[in-house]
Amino acid sequence: MAEYETHEHDVLVIGAGGAGLRAAIESSAQGADTALICKSLLGKAHTVMAEGGIAAAMGNVWPEDNWKVHFRDTMRGGKLLNNWRMAQLHAQEAPERVLELEEWGALFDRTKDGLILQRDFGGHRYARLAHVGDRTGLEMIRTLQQHAVHKGITVYMECTLVSLLKDGDRVCGAFGYWRESGKFVVFKAKAVVLATGGIGKAWEFTSNSWEYTGDGVAMALEAGADLIDMECYQFHPTGMVWPHSVRGILVTEGVRGDGGVLRNSTGRRFMFDYIPEFFKKETADSEAEADRWYTDKKNNRRPPELLPRDEVARAINAEVKAGRGSPHGGVFLDIATRRDAETIKRRLPSMYHQFKELADVDITTTPMEVGPTAHYMNGGVRVDGEGSATSVPGLFAAGEVAGGLHGANRLGGNSLSDLLVFGRRAGLAAAEYAKSVSKAPSVDEGRVEALAREAVTPFDPGGTENPYALHHELQKEMQSDVGIIRVQQELERAVKKIGELRARLKRVRVEGHRQFNPGWHLAIDLRSLLVCAEAVARAAIERKESRGGHARDDFPKPDPAFGKVNMVVRKRGEALSVSQEPIPEMPAELKALLEG
Amino acid sequence: MARVAKLRIWRGDASGGQLRDYDVPWEEGMVLLDVLHVLQATQAGDLAVRWNCKAGKCGSCSAEVNGKPRLMCMTRMSSLDTAAPITVAPMKTFPVLRDLVTDVSFNFEMAKRVPAFKPGPKGPDGKYRMMQEDIDRVQEFHKCIECFLCQNVCHVIRDHPENKAHFAGPRLFVRYAALEMHPLDTNDRAELLKAKMGLGMCNITKCCTEVCPESIKITDNAIIPLKERVVDQFFDPLRWAWRKMTGGGNGST
Repeated sequence: MAEYETHEHDVLVIGAGGAGLRAAIESSAQGADTALICKSLLGKAHTVMAEGGIAAAMGNVWPEDNWKVHFRDTMRGGKLLNNWRMAQLHAQEAPERVLELEEWGALFDRTKDGLILQRDFGGHRYARLAHVGDRTGLEMIRTLQQHAVHKGITVYMECTLVSLLKDGDRVCGAFGYWRESGKFVVFKAKAVVLATGGIGKAWEFTSNSWEYTGDGVAMALEAGADLIDMECYQFHPTGMVWPHSVRGILVTEGVRGDGGVLRNSTGRRFMFDYIPEFFKKETADSEAEADRWYTDKKNNRRPPELLPRDEVARAINAEVKAGRGSPHGGVFLDIATRRDAETIKRRLPSMYHQFKELADVDITTTPMEVGPTAHYMNGGVRVDGEGSATSVPGLFAAGEVAGGLHGANRLGGNSLSDLLVFGRRAGLAAAEYAKSVSKAPSVDEGRVEALAREAVTPFDPGGTENPYALHHELQKEMQSDVGIIRVQQELERAVKKIGELRARLKRVRVEGHRQFNPGWHLAIDLRSLLVCAEAVARAAIERKESRGGHARDDFPKPDPAFGKVNMVVRKRGEALSVSQEPIPEMPAELKALLEG
Repeated sequence: MARVAKLRIWRGDASGGQLRDYDVPWEEGMVLLDVLHVLQATQAGDLAVRWNCKAGKCGSCSAEVNGKPRLMCMTRMSSLDTAAPITVAPMKTFPVLRDLVTDVSFNFEMAKRVPAFKPGPKGPDGKYRMMQEDIDRVQEFHKCIECFLCQNVCHVIRDHPENKAHFAGPRLFVRYAALEMHPLDTNDRAELLKAKMGLGMCNITKCCTEVCPESIKITDNAIIPLKERVVDQFFDPLRWAWRKMTGGGNGST
C-alpha cells in the first residue's frame, strides 16, 4: 500500500498566482474552509513577472473610456472568437477589482490628481492599464499574497498535484506529492478551483518558467472537462533574443505603450507595412500621426506598433524571414531615440535593469533586439461565463488555465484583470457549490494506489530515456512545427513526434531519490505537457484558417465559417478528439458596441 | 568553442554533505543558473535548485557563489573568474533541505505576524487620492522580490539562529516600513517592533543593503526611520500620533 497523508477542506484552489490567490480570498470570505496549493514557494508564480499593467476602464486618464469600449477592444482583439459574456463581465468588473487591490495596500503609479495612473497598450483605444512602473505583477501578487495570509487561508507550498480525484461524476479532491520530500498527499475537497496557468514550457523560446507544464489543463481533460481554442496560442512579439541563454525572456509591451517603436535592419518602422484590413480604420498610416496619438487620441489613430500582439508577432517573424532582422535574429525595439533617459528609467526600470545585467545593453542609448516568444494560452479549459464552472461538477477554472475570455488573441493587460475578475468569480462559485454538497468527499483508494504507483515508475531500473532530453526534443518540435506560422504537413509531423515522445516517456529513467528531485519532477510534468502539446497541434490541424494567435501558411485568411466555431478538445480513453462547436450567440445590443 | 567551467557545488541534505566538482561546458552570455541547468540535464539530473523567472524578478535562485550571496540568474559567467573553480553553496542562515534548496519557512512565519494593512476612509467620491511624491518611498520597499538574501546575510540570525524567535530580519523590517509609511495605513506597529520583532538588535552594519538585488536602501530608508519612529513613540507619543493622523509621517523625520 502506498503511504500518503490526507488533508480535507471545503474548497481546494490549485495554483497561487493572481487567479488562485483571488479565488482563495473570495472562497474564504464566503466562509468556506479554503486551501491554496503552490507548485513553488508562495509569491513566485508567474504573475510576479507580469510587467505592463492591469487593463480596467477606470477613465482616470481618458474620461471617454468605459466598459463598453473595453469590451469592444477585447472582442476585436480576440477576432470575435471570445465568449461574449466573459468579455462583458471582465470589462464591467475590472475597475472595481483594481480599486479593491488599492484597499488592500497596493500602490499604483498616480496621476497628477492623485488617482491611479493608466498607460497605453496594444489594442486598447485609451490609456487603460493601471500599473507600477514595469513591475505591476509583483505589486499584484504581493498584495494578494499578504491579504490571503492575513485572512488565515491555509497555504501548502511546493506541492505538485498530478490528478483530480472523483466521487462518481463530481470532483472530490486531488492527488500529488510534496516536492521537498517526494511523499504523496491527498486533498479531499467539495469543490476544486484550477488556477494552474499555462503551457509555455512546450516551446523552446518562452517567457514561462519551469512551472508552466499544463498540469491543470491535463488534469481537467483527464477528469472529463472540455478544452477550447488551444490552437490560438499567443506568441508575445517582444522577447529577448540575445544572449541565447536568455532568449524568450519577456520585454514588456509597455516599451511600445510608452513610445518605443520597432525597426528593421534598414531602420524602417516596418509596422506601417503590416496593418491588416480589420484594423485599418483605427490605425495611423503615417509616423507623424502615430507620434501625435500619444498626446492627442481624439484626432489621431493608434500607432501600428500597438496593434494586437498576434499582428505584431507575425510582422516581426516576416521581417526576420525576409532577411531584414537584427544580428541575432530579431528586430530592433527602439525607445532610446524616442524618450529621454530619465523617463525611460522611471517608466521601465526593470527593463533597464534586465538589459543592462543580462545583455550589457543600455536601453536609454541603444535599441533592444527582440523577437517573438511563447507567452500565453489564449484558450484553455472551457468554463461557463458567469462562475467559471467547467462541465465537470465541482470543478472550476480561472486565469490562464481557463479559455473563452480572450478568444483567438489576448490583449496585453487583459490577463491581470482576468485573474482578478474571474479568480473572484471562481472562488465565489466554488464556495457556493461546496455549501450545496452535503456528503463528505470520499476518495477511491484504489485510484490513489494506482496514481502513486505510476508516479514512481521513473525510478524503475531498465528505463533509458533522460527527461531533460525528452523535454528539449518536445520544445524543438513545437518551436519548428507548431510555432507562429503553421502548415498542415508540419502539424501532422508534430502530432506524430509527440506520440513518439509519449511512448518514450514511458521508458524514462531518473537518478537519485524522491527528495527534491527536479529530474523526477520534470518526468512527471512532461506527462501533462505532452498532452497539452498534442491538444494544440490537433486543434491547429482542424482550424483551416488564420485567426488571432493561429496562423496557417496554407490558409492565410480568416474564414467566416470558422469564425463561428470553437475547436473543442476532449479526452476519451487515451485518445484526444477535436470537434467544432458553435460559439455562443451575442445579444444584439452588445454586437452594436463592436462597430465604430 | 565551448568553454568549460569548474563548478564546486554543495551536495547533500540535512544530515550533511560536501562540495562536489563538476566540469560543465558554457557559452558566452550565460548566467550561472544556465550552467546549473546544463549540469542538471547532462550530469546531475537530481541536483536540487529553486528557480522560476530567470530574470531577477521572482527571487527564487538565491545561493552563495564563491562565498557571496546572490541571485544565480543574475550572475553572468563573464563576471566570475572562470579559470578558478566556482563554489556554489546554499544560503547559510536557513536549514538545508537538499543541495542548494533551503528551508525558508522562517520568513513566511514572520510575515504572518505582521499586523495587516488597515486603510483609513475613502474620499467623498469613493476614491483614494495619493500624490506620487508621497508614495515614492513606499514603492521602493514594494520592489522587494523576497529572495531573502538580506535575511541570509544578517548576522543577528546568521551567526545566532536562536535570535530567529524574536527577530523579524531586514526583509520584514522593509515590510513594516512599507506599511508604516503607507499614506493610507492607520495601524500602529511600533510597540510590536520594539517588543517582539527585535528592531533594536539591528546595529546598522548595512550588510543587507549591500546584497539587495533590487538596490533597496534597507538600512537607511527602512530600518533607521523605523528605529526613529519607535523612539519617537516612546518619548513623544503626541507628536507621533499627530503625524500618523495627518499622514505627514513619510520617511525620516
